[in-house]
Amino acid sequence: MSRPGFVLEVDERTPSLLVNEGDGFRLERFPLGTRVVYPPDVLPGLRDVNGAIRRALFNPVGSDPLPTLLFPGMRLTIVFDDISIPLPQMQTPDIRQRIIEQVLELAAEAGVDDVELVAANALHRRMTPTELKRAVGERVYRAFFPDHLRNHDAEDPDRLVHLGHTNQGEDVEINRRAAESDLIVYVNVTLTAMSGGPKSVSVGLASYRSLRHHHNVHTLRHSRSFNDPPNSAMHHSYDRMADVLGEHVKIFTIETTLNNEAFPSHVGFMNKREWEWSLLDQASYLSFKRANDMTPPKLRREVWQRSYAPYGVTGVHAGDPAVVHPLTLANVHRQQLTEVDGPSDIGIWGLPFICPYNVNSIMNPILVMSLGLGYFFNLYRGQPIVRRGGVAIFYHPMPNAFHPVHHPSYIDFFDEVLAATTDPAAIEAKYEQQFATDPWYIHLYRNSYAYHGVHPFYMWYWGAHALEHVGDVIFVGANRKAAARMGFRSASTLADALEMASDTVGSSPRLTYLHAPPLTLADVR
Amino acid sequence: MTAALEYRRAPARYLTARGATSTRLGSRLSGVLASNVAPLRLVSRGRQPAPDGGWARLRPLLAGICGSDLGMLTGRSSPYLFPVVSMPFVPGHEIVAETLDETPDLPKGSRVVVDPVLACAARGVPACRWCEVGQHSRCDRVTTGRIAAGLQTGFCADTGGGWSRTMVAHATQLHPVPDRLDNERAVLVEPLACAIHSVRRVDIPPGASVLIVGAGTVGLLTLLALRELTPAGATYLVAKYGHQRARARELGATEVFDPARAPRAMRRATGGSLEHPVFGAEYLLGGVDFAFECSGSSSGLDAALRLVRAGGTVLLSGMPSGTVDLTPVWFRQLRLVGSYASDGGGAPQDGQPSDFATAVSLAGDAPLSGYVDAVYPLTRWREAIGHAIGAGRLGTVKVAFDPTRD
Repeated sequence: MSRPGFVLEVDERTPSLLVNEGDGFRLERFPLGTRVVYPPDVLPGLRDVNGAIRRALFNPVGSDPLPTLLFPGMRLTIVFDDISIPLPQMQTPDIRQRIIEQVLELAAEAGVDDVELVAANALHRRMTPTELKRAVGERVYRAFFPDHLRNHDAEDPDRLVHLGHTNQGEDVEINRRAAESDLIVYVNVTLTAMSGGPKSVSVGLASYRSLRHHHNVHTLRHSRSFNDPPNSAMHHSYDRMADVLGEHVKIFTIETTLNNEAFPSHVGFMNKREWEWSLLDQASYLSFKRANDMTPPKLRREVWQRSYAPYGVTGVHAGDPAVVHPLTLANVHRQQLTEVDGPSDIGIWGLPFICPYNVNSIMNPILVMSLGLGYFFNLYRGQPIVRRGGVAIFYHPMPNAFHPVHHPSYIDFFDEVLAATTDPAAIEAKYEQQFATDPWYIHLYRNSYAYHGVHPFYMWYWGAHALEHVGDVIFVGANRKAAARMGFRSASTLADALEMASDTVGSSPRLTYLHAPPLTLADVR
Repeated sequence: MTAALEYRRAPARYLTARGATSTRLGSRLSGVLASNVAPLRLVSRGRQPAPDGGWARLRPLLAGICGSDLGMLTGRSSPYLFPVVSMPFVPGHEIVAETLDETPDLPKGSRVVVDPVLACAARGVPACRWCEVGQHSRCDRVTTGRIAAGLQTGFCADTGGGWSRTMVAHATQLHPVPDRLDNERAVLVEPLACAIHSVRRVDIPPGASVLIVGAGTVGLLTLLALRELTPAGATYLVAKYGHQRARARELGATEVFDPARAPRAMRRATGGSLEHPVFGAEYLLGGVDFAFECSGSSSGLDAALRLVRAGGTVLLSGMPSGTVDLTPVWFRQLRLVGSYASDGGGAPQDGQPSDFATAVSLAGDAPLSGYVDAVYPLTRWREAIGHAIGAGRLGTVKVAFDPTRD
């Protein structure tokens, strides 16, 4: 039985606590009285994952068993989450591979010949052949790539179809092959509560025309948080779109959840509470940190990117997306949810080396912003861990570096747009269309491995709620120039950051540190 | 006797400076090299006699230090020019002076600016085909006639130059300065006339996009000329330093970019795609209609060639130096246009005032205050040259000598 999450109050006996800071980490001594939010212990993974998948396919919820939905002559499209999830990437065999192999076996038994596999990458960069192979496994890759295993192309008008509008007038436009299939089987990995459910198809296979209805400043500011679907305007929009989708195409979804086992055994201390570190853990911390600090930045990034997580699978549920997703969310909460008593004056987050958009790539300053003020700030239910007008403190070195192939529009967004304004609404009004329709960005999205031109805007909007909520944002250890360009301040140490924050919250603030690693969802009452 | 800065023939020093400044470290030490290695010295020499036939003695009041002067001192100027100079000479061709003799059109004591080109009229030879039509900047006879070879005042052994206390100039070179122009503005008339000449070298249609590479004196004055005299549309400028960006905006630049950001920014502004060669700088498929190279550096010309659209025009305004990959000229079928000096002393072309007349008029109204903010006496020439080489970094546009000061 895993121990539940809890909130530690720092006292004289509390050791220094682990804090992520990009592709590094540190032990930080927090002021007395700081609240530290820990998630539940790592849940045990399923012993027989393949068996669990088979049971889910044969005993789905809200749907007939998958074999009964398959018939000769049908068009079957298997859609799977792209490389943006899980984070870090999981050790092989990838859960997507396990599921797809079983679905394909059932399809073959049913005599289904017309099968296509599509990565639900929306406006993300295309997955490379190597990345596709890693996700679906060599056997599937060899059989289907390149003609029947491909990335979704949100800018190919011939491969998109407009299915209609929601009752709020939102366009629903998705991948034509999927929409015109007799059945979509969606293979999902849910790491945080924002993923899965109605989001899978309505976002993963959508076009900009459709995505702009929920990926915008207004919606993001009214998603409190986007990790709490009932209170997320973004998810309400997904739900409306899912209703339209449901009228046109049958979707059988398989959702999986993972535990918090995000690091291999040689850095096992990452997942332990600090006062429970053994001598071996302490030694491995010291040696790993020393080696990590001495490693040249490029090599260090490479090492971290190749650190594959030995996740355990905590649940596999299949069937009707609307019925499956609550079960998935319950599993996520079981692993991540910790109750917190009210917000504090200052919220503190340590940001890791990876986010959904820098897998095998570079974490540029805009992604750091999105990871901190978007993903981590929104790891809450109820209310944020920091009060309105409080201060958000993040740890990240924020190097002023961009991947020229993956993030070309990010470079222009950083140099041109953020030099003019950092106000999300002003940015949206003046620049979004320019970037979204820029032929060069579209060309690179379709033919190279670039994120869509509009993607950096979405990253900025991701932080719109936090920008509106907090009074000040300070990054510890960040490149000053990069932080200043985005309107943030940088501090050398936590003490400096607290000194800077005293202008906003006084000299005796209440502090809450959302401990990461591993992932924690704060249920703030 | 009179004091003058004299540039003498010293091939070893020229080659030493040229070799040193061609390296990255040497390039950074250009100021030190120019003021210590270049064969320039302060001398006392006999007063310059005025040749017969319309020549007058002048007392320079202010003489600018031009990029071409610095190119000569740092060894960057091309040996191509050697036949059209005569040594030793006194540099200085951006001159505002006072006449010491009477000329047919000007009384003694007039304040004048000097059109430095030493063309047929000054040389006392029959007008060549270019001088006949008022395009004396193209004069074929700059090595003949009654004075020594020299493409301009400031590069001729017989005329002296602005970096001295006295010099001589032909009456056709002199343009009276209206009272409303102070010396600091008047000394900008010659480079402004060159800028005007450069924008008149090409026919810019209404709304055409223009890029100016370089935001020193030439770049800024070219921007002024484009804005005042052409129907150009969006005009972009590449500038290294903050004060240059501010001045460019004041002169009406649409946008100003840092050199490192220029390719991406130009792609955003003009469309097209940005291509990344395995080696060398990136370039645009797309780009501006016209690019004015005003930096006089090979990197500036390289950037201009890479950022202009297919079939576009690159105009060389700064004196070129170094070598450049001309593949874009071939592949993108570009027009490469040169622009040297001005046609200020000749007959008006197509009914428009001469470049110099237009420059005199513009200099009075344009926001050029503070452009000449570093003035040195001849005796402090080493500091002046060092300052001029680092002008951009030091927040200065134009450094000048005041030969009347001790």
